[in-house]
Amino acid sequence: MAKRATFDIRQQTGFTTVAMICFFLLYLPIVTLVAYAFNDNDSVAIWKGFSLRWFYSAWNNTQVIDASIRSFQIAIAAALIATVAATMAALATTRTKPYKGLTFKYAFINQPLMVPEIVTAVALLVFFSRIKIWTGYSGLGYLIAAHTAFCIPFAYLPIRARLENMDLSLETAAADLYATGWKTFRYVTLPLLWPGILAGLMLAFVVSLDDVVITEFVKSGGQDTLPTYMLGQLRRIVTPEINAISTVFLLLSVAIVTIFFIISRKRT
Amino acid sequence: MPDKPDRNAIEVIGVSKIFGTGEARVAALDNVSVPIRENEFFTLLGPSGCGKTTLLRLIAGFDFPTDGQILLYGNDIAPLPPFKRPVNTVFQNYALFPHMTVAENIGFGLQMLGKPKAEIEARVSQMLKLVKMEALAKRRTSQISGGQQQRVALARALAPQPKVLLLDEPLSALDYKLRKEMQIELKRLQNETGITFIFVTHDQEEALTMSDRIAVMSAGKILQVGTPWDIYDKPAERFVADFIGETNFLTAKIDNVANGKAKATLKSGKTIPATVAEGFTPKGEATIVVRPEHAKAVKGPGELSGTVENIVYFGTDTHILVRLDDGDLFTVRQQNSRSASCGFEEGERIGVSISDDAAQVLKD
Amino acid sequence: MATAQETAEKAESDDIRTRWLLSAPALLIIFFAAIGPLFIVLVYSFLAPGNYGDVKWQFSTDAWMNVLFERDIFDDTLSFAKANLSIFTRSISLSLLTTILTLIFGFPTAYFIATRPEGRREIWLFLITIPFWTNLLIRTFAMMEVLRNEGLINSLLRFLGLTTAPIQFMYTDFAVLVGMTYVYLPLMVLPLYASMEKIDFRLVEAGYDLYASRMQVLRRIIVPLVKPGIIAGSILVFIPSLGAYVTPRVMGGGTNLMIGNLIELQFGQGRNWPLGASLSITLMAIVMVTLMFYVRNASKTGAGHG
Repeated sequence: MAKRATFDIRQQTGFTTVAMICFFLLYLPIVTLVAYAFNDNDSVAIWKGFSLRWFYSAWNNTQVIDASIRSFQIAIAAALIATVAATMAALATTRTKPYKGLTFKYAFINQPLMVPEIVTAVALLVFFSRIKIWTGYSGLGYLIAAHTAFCIPFAYLPIRARLENMDLSLETAAADLYATGWKTFRYVTLPLLWPGILAGLMLAFVVSLDDVVITEFVKSGGQDTLPTYMLGQLRRIVTPEINAISTVFLLLSVAIVTIFFIISRKRT
Repeated sequence: MPDKPDRNAIEVIGVSKIFGTGEARVAALDNVSVPIRENEFFTLLGPSGCGKTTLLRLIAGFDFPTDGQILLYGNDIAPLPPFKRPVNTVFQNYALFPHMTVAENIGFGLQMLGKPKAEIEARVSQMLKLVKMEALAKRRTSQISGGQQQRVALARALAPQPKVLLLDEPLSALDYKLRKEMQIELKRLQNETGITFIFVTHDQEEALTMSDRIAVMSAGKILQVGTPWDIYDKPAERFVADFIGETNFLTAKIDNVANGKAKATLKSGKTIPATVAEGFTPKGEATIVVRPEHAKAVKGPGELSGTVENIVYFGTDTHILVRLDDGDLFTVRQQNSRSASCGFEEGERIGVSISDDAAQVLKD
Repeated sequence: MATAQETAEKAESDDIRTRWLLSAPALLIIFFAAIGPLFIVLVYSFLAPGNYGDVKWQFSTDAWMNVLFERDIFDDTLSFAKANLSIFTRSISLSLLTTILTLIFGFPTAYFIATRPEGRREIWLFLITIPFWTNLLIRTFAMMEVLRNEGLINSLLRFLGLTTAPIQFMYTDFAVLVGMTYVYLPLMVLPLYASMEKIDFRLVEAGYDLYASRMQVLRRIIVPLVKPGIIAGSILVFIPSLGAYVTPRVMGGGTNLMIGNLIELQFGQGRNWPLGASLSITLMAIVMVTLMFYVRNASKTGAGHG
């Protein structure tokens, strides 16, 4: 059958080409990065052959492993605390007629998104360095606190969105059917809110795991996380070990985002 | 219809509900009082914003009155939270829990009351049978049709055996045929359970077909309470007459008021008998109402006369719009027969004859 | 027994109290680990620098003076701090260029996604989201792999025989610009897509019906309709670009500084905390002004609910 000349009203000249170039350029560096992770050469520069040696090398590098463990410790703690706090805050700021302080709460909770990270980073450096002197404590607590603060708005976002789409009449119905406040929350609100909480938890986790700037300024000596370790390595001669670490890190992020994507897709 | 006992299930006494303060102050309910008898199907009828849903929410406990009392079998329940009132609601959008099955939804109230598991199960299956939903007990509520959701909502509200069932426009989301079916279903359920139903609707036809008694509401007030027959044929106020069914309003001079009867002299000079509400003695000029089906278009002279302005065919009947000699428009409804046309033509001069006992004198 | 009215009043005040209690943890954490310390920075910007970093507790406006001016150590005259000024202008112009470049690439991309059939959109959107949630450092590093002397482009050029010596892309303003455009592109595409998805294409049909050409439909109908998205995307790219630290550090290699790096320098080698503090406040002020411009614009065009 001959193709009929049709006029697609949605089409704009050249847009599809630019979009394709855009997707290509978006993934080209990432693919390059991953490809070089398998390079059997001491420098990244020249391709010598396929090898997994840099993955082994990273696995046997105690600094890398320590930094990874620390990253996870911080991300898990920060994401959990942030999600609980954000869930409570979302419950407190949605599905209500405006009350005094509501706008203030929105502004406050979203503040970490508004201020440039570097500013928050130096502010925390200044503040925590004082506290470190006063208390003598220099553990992971500072990093967890800092991460929790900037994770809260990310966790808050999907939870609030979910809550706002939840019909208040369900809770009213529960109350009508003899459920007290707590029981209504336990049997109706929480199960319905769960996908939002999960999404918030994952976002917070990824955001914490990815952080470089604030961690770089807040960490005490020997408290490198994986990203700050990598940032430090980039100053030196780069070996494909960095590519290998990046590849694993990348896979992890992709996995989490994929789960997030599937959950949010299923529930809507 | 069996006689309803005179015991009151609900008594609303001097209830007001004011939203907002200062400039934005709105009285959703203005000193409303109404008794609702045990076992009756009572309907709150009115246009949107008349306060009917507010009154229902006050009885359910989702809102609290600004003033007044709400008695449930003599006890003031107005200050109680909803979970402490033996009153259940069927919501307008059903408000079924999407994360639970049909059976779990129905059992929720009993579960919250801490009933033993066996009792809950027995009651749930009884309810499923009552609303004919046994086959779908394990389904999620998102996987069933609108009509089925409606049945689940009913079963869920009936399961804890409330003293009063509140229904907030429960049929408005259904299409016409299903709505008709559910109207019959609701009556059946009310008869079978013997529970007092308080039904909110803006649909006058629904109210007339289903209710034992109707309260017509407007602007936060109850204008008239009575049987469907009372409300339709003996409207006390212009709003009631206008809101329910189609009506012709005529101005007449009223005299000889006695025993609920009066003589109404129309502008044409002709007189017709009219009924007057109990305890009301109109004097001089008043508005009377005549339903279109209680008047007849005639070739010769009638109580009124005028010119046919428009003829509108409705299938079961035909409306003849007559421009009366005094300039008012008057509608006559005429039953259609299969073969004949209505027998009149636009522009034709005709008379309108009003059947005896058709006219009702309004209070305002 | 309480009257209904008392119950209603109590329920309302209880509700608000519960709402404050519920939001308390989040507010406290953010206060102590994000907002509060900013006040310390403000205070520090009015103090004198300590000898080995930190501050001396004496009032001084030198730090603020030093943001724009420098005092000649020999004749004590004031002149514009050229180094700082050039960093400020570089930061602002690189951020603006990044915004423009992401808009040029992002607009057609977002439009492309928004015009896919319903089921396919999510997949394309997912492809944009993945880089967005991938570590920024890794993405910057990936771009470095492409641009550096032994990187993808130079290897390719040499392989094709177009060059003999590698072209120096890295550690230039160009590299910083490419890096930032690359890492912030998703931030432009997402809000653009959000507003394009809402386009009622019957309006486009109406445009064609009224004899508009493709270009005219784009300029007169589509662009005005997605203006809230364009503004949101531009702000979302401009603000982090202005405060960027990682990308200029990696791609600029310590010479092509931006404000973020200048601030870090004051807390590191520079050992001038008050200057770092005043620079931080300046950066924050620029961001706040930009945001205010956005909020004003958003409330005008009704984008606030997007």
